[in-house]
Amino acid sequence: MMNSPLLTAGRPSVVVRRPGTSPAAPSSVEGRPNIAIEVEQLSVWYGKIEAIKHVTMQIPERRVTALIGPSGCGKSTLIRCFNRLNDLIEGLRIEGRIRLYGQDIFDPSRDVITLRKRVGMVFQKSNPFPKSIYENVVYGLRVNGEGRRAVLDSTVEESLNRAALWDEVKDRLYTSALRLSGGQQQRLCIARAIATEPEVLLLDEPCSALDPIATAKIEELLYTLKERYTIIIVTHNMQQAARVSDFTGFLLMGELIEFDATDKLFTTPHDPRTEAYITGRFG
Amino acid sequence: MSPSRWTSRHWQQSLDLAPVWLSGAMLSVALLMIVALVGLIMGRGFSALWPVPLWQITLKNGSSHLGLIHATEFIPQTGDSVKKPLRRTLFRIGNRDLYGNDFVWIDDDQVISRMHPADVVIIERLEWGPFYGFLKQMRIRGEAIERQGPQLWTVLQQQLPRARRRYRAIQHLQRRTIGDISAAMEQHRLALRRLELRSRLTTPQGQAQARAHQTAIAKFQQQYTHVAEQLNRQREDDATYRIVLTDVNGRTKELPISAIVRTYQPNRLTLVGRVGVYLDRLREFVFGQPREANSEGGVAPAIFGTVMMTLLMSLAVVPLGVLAALYLHEYARQGFLVSLVRIAVNNLAGVPSIVFGVFGLGFFCYLIGGTIDHLWFPEQLPAPTFGGGAILWASLTLALLTVPVVIVATEEALAAVPDGLRAASLACGATKFQTICRAVLPSALPGILTGTILAMARGAGEVAPLMITGVVKLAPNLPLDHVPPFVHLERKFMHLGFHIYDLGFQSPNIEASKAMVYMTALLLLTIVVCLNLAAMWIRGRLRERFRGAEV
Repeated sequence: MMNSPLLTAGRPSVVVRRPGTSPAAPSSVEGRPNIAIEVEQLSVWYGKIEAIKHVTMQIPERRVTALIGPSGCGKSTLIRCFNRLNDLIEGLRIEGRIRLYGQDIFDPSRDVITLRKRVGMVFQKSNPFPKSIYENVVYGLRVNGEGRRAVLDSTVEESLNRAALWDEVKDRLYTSALRLSGGQQQRLCIARAIATEPEVLLLDEPCSALDPIATAKIEELLYTLKERYTIIIVTHNMQQAARVSDFTGFLLMGELIEFDATDKLFTTPHDPRTEAYITGRFG
Repeated sequence: MSPSRWTSRHWQQSLDLAPVWLSGAMLSVALLMIVALVGLIMGRGFSALWPVPLWQITLKNGSSHLGLIHATEFIPQTGDSVKKPLRRTLFRIGNRDLYGNDFVWIDDDQVISRMHPADVVIIERLEWGPFYGFLKQMRIRGEAIERQGPQLWTVLQQQLPRARRRYRAIQHLQRRTIGDISAAMEQHRLALRRLELRSRLTTPQGQAQARAHQTAIAKFQQQYTHVAEQLNRQREDDATYRIVLTDVNGRTKELPISAIVRTYQPNRLTLVGRVGVYLDRLREFVFGQPREANSEGGVAPAIFGTVMMTLLMSLAVVPLGVLAALYLHEYARQGFLVSLVRIAVNNLAGVPSIVFGVFGLGFFCYLIGGTIDHLWFPEQLPAPTFGGGAILWASLTLALLTVPVVIVATEEALAAVPDGLRAASLACGATKFQTICRAVLPSALPGILTGTILAMARGAGEVAPLMITGVVKLAPNLPLDHVPPFVHLERKFMHLGFHIYDLGFQSPNIEASKAMVYMTALLLLTIVVCLNLAAMWIRGRLRERFRGAEV
């Protein structure tokens, strides 16, 4: 509820932050941000094809980290490693390590369900369940066995508020979620993902199927969400990465070419391939 | 534009349209056949109950007949080709007790006169089929009623409801009261037998129990004697209400009034009267008990058996098919073995249904039912309880027969659930099982219901496997009644599909049963359509809930 006055009052247009004014630099006022996720020598194999090649990076806490790169470069595979959604794919093999606040997420003694509660995810194609708006938001709580009405009610209001959807749907919480517009559905998916109070929020190209206005709303939302969550966003759209993220990683053919603060990466890339990509020479 | 070019283009256009015409024509043929079949069944079925006028015909040889026109046909004449072919008519003359035959062929050239006698009556009765003739006299307690003609008819109409009440009271005593007494006695006899089998009769406790049972049996025996006397008195009293009828040639026939099901004067009926008779017959057909080797009366027990069997089958086939499909699609590692299983399941649908029947008889009735009998109902043996045909085994056999339909439909429905939904559920921290229960299955439900509808339609119309796993021509009791435990899955039952076969091909009086065959077929069709409509309605409501899922 904390953000609702800001979000509901007058709905400002797109928050475009120029790189220069970004508070993203790790060495700003608060000092270096904590590291939420550490990726170490991560390789992912689909059968004999190596989709991710020895990626190592550190994702800071409560910042927006964007992963960019051309189609098929392994962005989605990488992001799906963070909540182990890749486990379902037959013939997939993972080497290396990912630590969430120091804990190895591939540790067999750790429960994948607990991990997924800590790491929420929003998908490219909005995928609300064929249930009511209310039931969509509380889904994560219900599968955890939470059944107290008061808890569910307050979670619904809080999550929808944070996802900037409450005012639009508060009068029809019990109607089908599938009747919402595409942008509303995507924000509902965000509400669903944050209802379980995750620490990390993964967004896999959340705006690729949305029109510019809906996209703007989601980008604006990210700006407020990062006060509470560590956000990793995969995007095709370099302008979007530049607008919303504090850090950016550039992936090419499964390799992490460059990872740096967004303003640095977009203004003074070290690698010529990064420069070629961000200036639109390929990809 | 030259004419030749126009022609070639014209040809080209025709060729382009050819597939449209061809497929349209094929569809029309299919539709036409369905319409013709349904039309035939409906036409014959609905017209079968309509009361038509009764003819009195006098022949050249001086004899007279009273009957309804049933059919006509033409016989080609030999020799002289100029002569028109001779027409002959099949009359239903009824009075089977007097003539021994319901029908007679009469050549039209033998007929001197034909007319509609006004005061002729049709008496539909419990035995011997309808009586066509004239009402002569009525006797109540041995005294003749001093009325004639229309007045006598009025008196008969007044007497009919009372006679029906007497008949119902007798039926109640006979079936319900005596039936319950015999059932209770049988329970005690079985309890005694059980004690004997467990060799408890040597212990004092067992002997005390046995004595209690014997006293109870003696008590019921007394009750039975008492009720039987009462029944006899009622029957004797009822038999003193009688009518005397004569046929067209003056032969008389006496009949207790309570044996009358329905009377009407077919040649005096107004249109409203005809509609009344029609509706009354329809009511009897749908809600009544069968009479006269099923060729008269109603099919209520068969309707009940069909619906109950179909529902039991759905109860069995849906969990079986859905769980199997879930394993195949959600859990099993896709590979050669799963493909093999899939092919096997599909081929199962092609196995002749009688083979399923034989399997059901051997596996369910004899093996499982026989084992149940030995373990839990040894006191009944050698009479089987579950070890013979039963509605339960018939339903399970049909469930096996229709399970491929449900598996295939469910698998298709599961495949249509977008993977994004599964991923979303898993990403929310749901387990795989929770994902399937809460996200996948609800989305697949309309598809699963489609499969259930198909399975029900297939199962309700199936006859061959039922004939050897539990269907009978005439079941004395429904599988659901007032006797605890109320649901008797071990009972044999009646089924409309088998009823059609039995009436049409096993009946002693096939010509008279023809109308019933059409009616029964129509009813079976209606029931299948109703079951399907119900399931489609449920599916529609579900789709409504998921509206927008395709967008």
